[in-house]
Amino acid sequence: MKWTRRHVLDTDDWSRDEIETVLDQTRAMIEILQRPIRRAPPLRGRTVILFFAEASTRTRVSFELAAKALSADVTNITASGSSVEKGESLYDTVRTLQALGGDIVVMRHASSGAPYFVAERTDAAVINAGDGWHAHPTQGILDAYTLRDALGDLDGKRIVIVGDVLHSRVARSDINTLVPLGVRITLSGPPTLMPMAWRCGQPPREVTYEPDLDRAVDGADGVIALRLQRERQESGLLPSLREYSRVWGLTAERVARMRPGAPVMHPGPMNEGIEIDSAVAHGAHSLIETQVTNGVAVRMALLYLLAGSGPAIPVEERA
Amino acid sequence: MKLEGRYIEAPGFIDLHAHLREPGFEESETLATGAHAALHGGFTTVCAMPNTDPAIDTAALVKEVYARAPGWAEGARVWPIASITRGRKGKELADLVELAQAGAVAFSDDGSPVDDARLFRSALEYARSAGRVVIEHPQDLALSAKGVMHEGSVSARLGLPGMPAAAEETAVARDIALARMTGARVHLTHLSTSGSIDLVRRAKADGVSVTCDVTPHHLAMTDEWVAGSRAFAWEVQDEGLRGVPYDSSTKVNPPLRTRADVRALWAGLADGTVDAIATDHAPHASTKKDVEFDQAAFGISGLETAVPLILGGVRAGWASLPTAIAALTTGPARVLGVDPLEGDHVVIDQEAEWVVTPESFFSLGKNTPLMGRSLIGKVDIAVIGSTKRRGGQRVAKAIAGR
Repeated sequence: MKWTRRHVLDTDDWSRDEIETVLDQTRAMIEILQRPIRRAPPLRGRTVILFFAEASTRTRVSFELAAKALSADVTNITASGSSVEKGESLYDTVRTLQALGGDIVVMRHASSGAPYFVAERTDAAVINAGDGWHAHPTQGILDAYTLRDALGDLDGKRIVIVGDVLHSRVARSDINTLVPLGVRITLSGPPTLMPMAWRCGQPPREVTYEPDLDRAVDGADGVIALRLQRERQESGLLPSLREYSRVWGLTAERVARMRPGAPVMHPGPMNEGIEIDSAVAHGAHSLIETQVTNGVAVRMALLYLLAGSGPAIPVEERA
Repeated sequence: MKLEGRYIEAPGFIDLHAHLREPGFEESETLATGAHAALHGGFTTVCAMPNTDPAIDTAALVKEVYARAPGWAEGARVWPIASITRGRKGKELADLVELAQAGAVAFSDDGSPVDDARLFRSALEYARSAGRVVIEHPQDLALSAKGVMHEGSVSARLGLPGMPAAAEETAVARDIALARMTGARVHLTHLSTSGSIDLVRRAKADGVSVTCDVTPHHLAMTDEWVAGSRAFAWEVQDEGLRGVPYDSSTKVNPPLRTRADVRALWAGLADGTVDAIATDHAPHASTKKDVEFDQAAFGISGLETAVPLILGGVRAGWASLPTAIAALTTGPARVLGVDPLEGDHVVIDQEAEWVVTPESFFSLGKNTPLMGRSLIGKVDIAVIGSTKRRGGQRVAKAIAGR
């Protein structure tokens, strides 16, 4: 299919065709990454600006490698974590980005929705590299790629996502990317860390909540454990990390309840011993390092597709 | 109220709840621009909330608001509401009797609920003896926490912290219990949930002296607006019209709720549970809104779009026109304990279509999710004390020639 999207802000309205186009493109990029010289020319002369307003070495480096592998010029803008506290407003940063004239802006921001704000006000294509609790589209796509690589066709497969779903942009993007591919999702974790609406009768399509992790993983085709932020205990959402790891930690016994060979994933960075046992994290079924490798290829695929989606409509000419 | 073809002639509207921002925040609104905007929206009287800087918490400041408010030639009559507590800090009572004597028409710490129930009880006892109503913004701050929109399926999808309906309803229940105990008149402002309306309906049936209002935006918009919908609650779908998700003009406190809540507010209007429609006009300078959604100020500039929003619901059959007009006139007058003002009246053109633009507002606050939208229904003439007319010349002549 022909790629028509200008931005990658969220995958919530993407069709199965669009997701599969990116997955197919990713396979081609993996081939480039396996060559002795990991470099191809399609983004030569294009500028990719990495705007990370929230600390993230892993995702930033992944995008940087992806952009460089496609021969793009890469520039970093680091901005304050919170515009209000540190004095520089996102509005100011957007004016700067617009003046710099990059072709693609890759952004990470602590506020849900911030990429929409930027996309409205610049001519560049915007890729959301994680915004607040909202979305992390490239993580969702790389998880889909990794799962499909491990399991084949995902139609009818059941994947468990366990942990702090409420505050997790990864969980939201995994749901939005996997469900159109035919996956059923079981969420598990403490009720205080699940969106209330999703527990009480209004879950997204093909998503169910099962508080008992042993039951959730029973016969599942794979599991994604989410990172638990330690401050959840201080804010009264958890009694203790010890209890959490006993009730919702991913142990070898729980992994053994899934279908034989079912993969274990985690978006990183991990708190080993809290949400995941070390033996599981580094065990035979762990795809956690594969996720990191695939991440570069997924980001290359998106950069490539966006660069080919035609010129921007300048801000001042938009209706 | 009289109907003449497309024109409605009604007594002048009274807004129980507007933020005119002066003194202290004149970049967002002034008494002059706010009063002008009020008259443009059909409100011949506007009650100014005291969350200014300084807060209106002394007799001298109440008199200052009267002195600074423009004359009737320039805008609506401005009636100051004084704060309940000194500096609106919720710690000690302001001099409520003196404030009433100076002309404060009501008391409110709006924006900050009086969290301390014992202090709120004292405020009610005092207000009762001063002969004034207490207007309370019901919100349990611990429960609403850092929420920026209604907690529900939309906040779950957007990954925004939510304010549950219960954060309003627990406060409504507390305030009703205190009104019952003290016998004081308590007015609950900008109720937004179905549960709140149920609580007030039951309290009224029990004879508790509680009244309440709802806003035009809570009568017209749902939490889906935060996700980019621009369909009014009575419309089935968007008809191709969509906003951008996370538009901070949809950020308001209390937050836009679900369609079921909106229906309950209209049902409350229809059965008399809801006494008034008040705008909670909350103008903001663009610097407060042109930021990330979670950092943006709460509030919608509402004085100049109230009439078309309300008429939209009336056209959809969600309440009768006389009910809606009463909620803008006799309803708020009864809440304040005043007689409707002789001579004040408005003429509304029910069919006039107009587009909301920054230039169409007299208010300095252009913060509304209706920006750019075509609305039906416009105030053509507003008359205060038989002295001043505003609006379309053609209709002015028609009225004069009658």
